[in-house]
Amino acid sequence: MSDNNNSSNRRNFLTNVTKVVGGVGAIFAAIPFLSSMSPSEKTKMAGAPIEIDISAIQPGAFKIVEWRGKPVWIVHRTTEMLEKIKNDAEHLADPKSDEEYQPQYAQNKFRSVKPEYLVLVGVCTHLGCSPLYKPGENKDLGLDWKGGFFCPCHGSKFDLSGRVYKAMPAPYNLEVPPYYFASETRLVVGEDRT
Amino acid sequence: MSKFMAWVDERLPVSNFVKNHLSEYYAPKNFNFFYFFGSLALFVFIMQIITGIFLTINYKPDAASAFASVEYIMRDVEWGWLIRYMHSTGASFFFIIIYLHMLRALMYGSYKKPRELLWLFGMFIFVLLMAEAFMGYLLPWGQMSYWGAQVIISLFGAIPFVGESLALWIRGDYVISDATLNRFFAFHVIALPLLLFAVIYLHIAALHTVGSNNPDGVEIKQNKDKDGKPVDGIPFHPYYTVKDIFGLAVFLTIFMFVVFFLPEFGGFFLEKDNFVPADPLKTPEHIVPVWYFTPFYAILRAIPDKLGGVLAMGLAIFVLFLMPWLDRCKVKSIRYRSLTYKILLTSFVISFIGLGYIGMMAPTPILTILGRLFTLVYFGFFVMLYLTSKNEKTKPVPERVTMYE
Repeated sequence: MSDNNNSSNRRNFLTNVTKVVGGVGAIFAAIPFLSSMSPSEKTKMAGAPIEIDISAIQPGAFKIVEWRGKPVWIVHRTTEMLEKIKNDAEHLADPKSDEEYQPQYAQNKFRSVKPEYLVLVGVCTHLGCSPLYKPGENKDLGLDWKGGFFCPCHGSKFDLSGRVYKAMPAPYNLEVPPYYFASETRLVVGEDRT
Repeated sequence: MSKFMAWVDERLPVSNFVKNHLSEYYAPKNFNFFYFFGSLALFVFIMQIITGIFLTINYKPDAASAFASVEYIMRDVEWGWLIRYMHSTGASFFFIIIYLHMLRALMYGSYKKPRELLWLFGMFIFVLLMAEAFMGYLLPWGQMSYWGAQVIISLFGAIPFVGESLALWIRGDYVISDATLNRFFAFHVIALPLLLFAVIYLHIAALHTVGSNNPDGVEIKQNKDKDGKPVDGIPFHPYYTVKDIFGLAVFLTIFMFVVFFLPEFGGFFLEKDNFVPADPLKTPEHIVPVWYFTPFYAILRAIPDKLGGVLAMGLAIFVLFLMPWLDRCKVKSIRYRSLTYKILLTSFVISFIGLGYIGMMAPTPILTILGRLFTLVYFGFFVMLYLTSKNEKTKPVPERVTMYE
């Protein structure tokens, strides 16, 4: 009887060990397959910085360039636009840009290095649509619309510094990419000044 | 012939299988209109597989050539337009059928004991089908394909801590790109169809174990004659095979009419923006998912918080899984249930359709308020059902199924 008990204990033990070892093995075997779905080395390499000539962008104008497959906006803001940005803190969710969605050198109310040039990643922080540039008055966006960006997907509104208004689907201000001015007319996006 | 069958049966019991699942599988004799949709769903699944195989023969899962290869199928491949329109229209009809199939279950309590597992398998099919449809929609690589996928994958980014890495892992790139298209193709044509096939098999196996429910919610197995056959049952073959073939003929008439004359269905089945190649730098003015996702999309938009919206949308689907346990009423069919349940189910259906409409429209303040109201009604259905169903005033359920001659 005691022999029987012993052998069934041994069998249970061996079965459990087989389950555990097999299970751990299956998990390790899954790693290469799951990792193969991550961005490849080639994809990672493709994220190099780009250089843009900004001399042709007139005051008030808006330009889209591509960086890492995403739209990057450059807005040449007029002094009038900059005035509006100064006076509109109360309706914004994060007027001082406390959340770190910009490099430190762009953490000011204009969210830029030079106030007249705004550089933003044109991807809504809600679900990744690209908002539209609506600089002037616009009745569809409300009578108090002061100009800014409007996301057509879920209706998020941003001011002319890319700061999100309160109670919008988008949780954060639009992202400012790392950038610097190589000269008066040449802008480099994708890299901090070294 | 019988000698041949005897030879086969000795080695594989084919005749037994046919008996157990067709000629001597007893289904309730009082099935009505709503009982067409199970077999129709199976038919559409097979049709999607066949048309899909023929589409892959000419389609190229490559961001540089995908859009053009779809146009090539439409213009240059013989009958390519027919195969593609059958596939794209089939996707929409699949959801029409599945929604009606699910409504049937809600009306007649088909998720209740002993059919809880049957319902769960069905819900898994529904979720897999949504994933299948979503990934398929990226393949034409049009503007709506691209931006729809961008929005849906970004939903995962809302998950705290791991969200962004998860979205990156799903895309295989920092944005939707060739890598994403290629893997969605793999999932759409092989991984998900295989999974769907397996779960559909389990769904039918579970159905044939417990037997079909019926519009009266009477268990026919509890009332058998001296041979052990349910007195209210009739053999599936020939009675319901004939009925289902008739239903199929009517379905195909409607379906092929749409394929021939209204394949885009005014922008509902194939959206206008999807005839423009994907442009990563420009979102279309008005971006909406295809109609069958819009009820859940409207719930997402109704919540003014990113994580909250995503959670609400996930919950809207997940809560359906719990139906067998939320509904505590013993009576199955709506025919013998209280007025409360009838009002609840009606308002649920109205809110679902209302959300579907709102999800298609551009976000305006009035629609946002309406969307929130319908979201409240949608979730309210489940809460109220749980609270009211335990002590519901029901009518007496008959012993036998009722027939209207």
